[in-house]
Amino acid sequence: MADLITDPNLPDPDGFYAELIRSFEAQGDDAAIRAFSARLILLLANHVGDRAVLSRALAEAARNPAHARG
Amino acid sequence: MIQDRYSLAFRLYPYARSADQDATDPVRHPVVIMGGGPVGVALALDLGLQGIPVVVLDDHEGIGQGSRAICFSKRTLEICDRYGAAGPMLDKGIAWTLGKVFHDDRKVFEFNLLPEDGHRFPAFINLQQPWFEKFLIDRVRQAQAEGAPIALRGRNRVDAVAPRDDHVLLDITTPEGPYRIAADWLIGCDGASSPLRGMLGLGFVGEVFKDSFLIADIRMKADFPTERWFWFEPWFKSGASTLLHRQPDDIWRVDFQIGWDVDRAEELKEDNIRRRLDAMLGDGVGYDIVWSSIYTFQCRRMERFRHGRVLFAGDAAHQVSPFGARGANSGLQDVDNLGWKLGMVIRGRAPEALLDSYHEERAHGADENILHSTRATDFITPKTPISHVFRNAVLDLAERHAFARPLVNSGRLSVPCSYDGLSLTGVDGLGGPDRTRPGSPCPDAPLGDGFLLPRLGGDFVILAIDAEAPETMTQDGVTARRLAVSAAQDPSGALAARYLGAAPGAVYLIRPDQHVVARWAQYDETALRAALRRACAKE
Repeated sequence: MADLITDPNLPDPDGFYAELIRSFEAQGDDAAIRAFSARLILLLANHVGDRAVLSRALAEAARNPAHARG
Repeated sequence: MIQDRYSLAFRLYPYARSADQDATDPVRHPVVIMGGGPVGVALALDLGLQGIPVVVLDDHEGIGQGSRAICFSKRTLEICDRYGAAGPMLDKGIAWTLGKVFHDDRKVFEFNLLPEDGHRFPAFINLQQPWFEKFLIDRVRQAQAEGAPIALRGRNRVDAVAPRDDHVLLDITTPEGPYRIAADWLIGCDGASSPLRGMLGLGFVGEVFKDSFLIADIRMKADFPTERWFWFEPWFKSGASTLLHRQPDDIWRVDFQIGWDVDRAEELKEDNIRRRLDAMLGDGVGYDIVWSSIYTFQCRRMERFRHGRVLFAGDAAHQVSPFGARGANSGLQDVDNLGWKLGMVIRGRAPEALLDSYHEERAHGADENILHSTRATDFITPKTPISHVFRNAVLDLAERHAFARPLVNSGRLSVPCSYDGLSLTGVDGLGGPDRTRPGSPCPDAPLGDGFLLPRLGGDFVILAIDAEAPETMTQDGVTARRLAVSAAQDPSGALAARYLGAAPGAVYLIRPDQHVVARWAQYDETALRAALRRACAKE
């Protein structure tokens, strides 16, 4: 079973980031942005297709360094 | 009357009457450069050292105060080394390679800009712009004494230009009245607000970024290491982001992002600057404020850098945000690109079309710089709530996860661009390392007791590495000389890794600005002659 990849794995990180932000900014209001996020996450989750990896990703995303240190 | 627009750090070219002012007809010069800043003076050095007479006109008598540009890149030092000016820069400048990124009160990660050995120059030095300019002018004075035909004319303000088919007429005002000269070629190195651009009615549009930055250069004795420290949303609340960077003479550059709607006069009051600095440095840290300024910026470039007999270089042609050290450094790359081309055209060794490749290549460089600079700015100053959310998510993840660190963008620091696939660039007959593919700037490498780049110099070179090649080759009046080396001359293996890869030997054709034209596994006369023609815009 594959582990969650946390080493750099994205070609052209700056180009990807710019496209990501552009896509979100094109959504309009907060409700549209939340719906877009949900669709995007579900698409990517299906692409990953590994339950254990998805659970690890959910756990990692739940960590918040700012809050952890008060 | 000529009024000073700024005060001087060094008065290096006081007004002196020139014989041109007493001539009945306008005296004609091969090259006139408008603007005696770093770009204009470097270009004068490039041309003067080739023996081409050049006149630099500046409406002041020296170098303006204020540190302004402080980060000079390895490529800039390599270029200045070719002009014989890098030594004092390296001696006075502060070399650094390490950067640290903080978010609030936490270190997110650190990065090393030059994680490999085998380069003569460091990734960057920090040096106040007036010193960088002074070392260039010191070198001009030395070159003049050795016979280089360079004239620096202070308090010569260009008030009007009239482009003709094969020259440009310039109306100049001096403290002793007006005079007129003619230039075969006029180069605008007159900065971001270029009066020359205005006189020719040429546009300069681009993206305005709605944020202001307060710079304070402070003198203090401090134990901070020589590193670039960048804070996103710092805990000390002195700005939405803050940069701390060391300069020579115990001076530190602090740069606070302070928002768009600010009262500049109010923010520049010493008490208000100190309030921000004290919050950052803590109580009881003594310092003097040496220079302060508030800047805003745009990312933009001229549509064309060549307009007949007028060419533009540096900030006059393109402007970026300061994030990434791409202003003065890209200006020096313009000079590096234009110098040899103008020299060859003036000497009749290449057609004027070669100067169109200056626009092609350097506009490509400017676009790359604008792209990187825009992305860095968008990351540092998120424009929408959702981009702010993502920015902080990246910073949060980057603390624990390596994957998020390449997404953190506090400025992608200047590296020279490659001229892949452009008009002058030839074939890759070697299939060697990617970093030395045709179009690329040559990476340095150890060679015997020294380094490779100083051996390349400033003319066309056939670099033969463990390969046969004739001592010289002349094609249509342009001569390339051979530099024969062996990978064995670099026991570290860097030369082989950077230029050969798996190949046992290679033949490179290198331009005077040390970019690769083409490369092959072995010498091929027909291919080399064709590449040399192509690199001179004759194909």
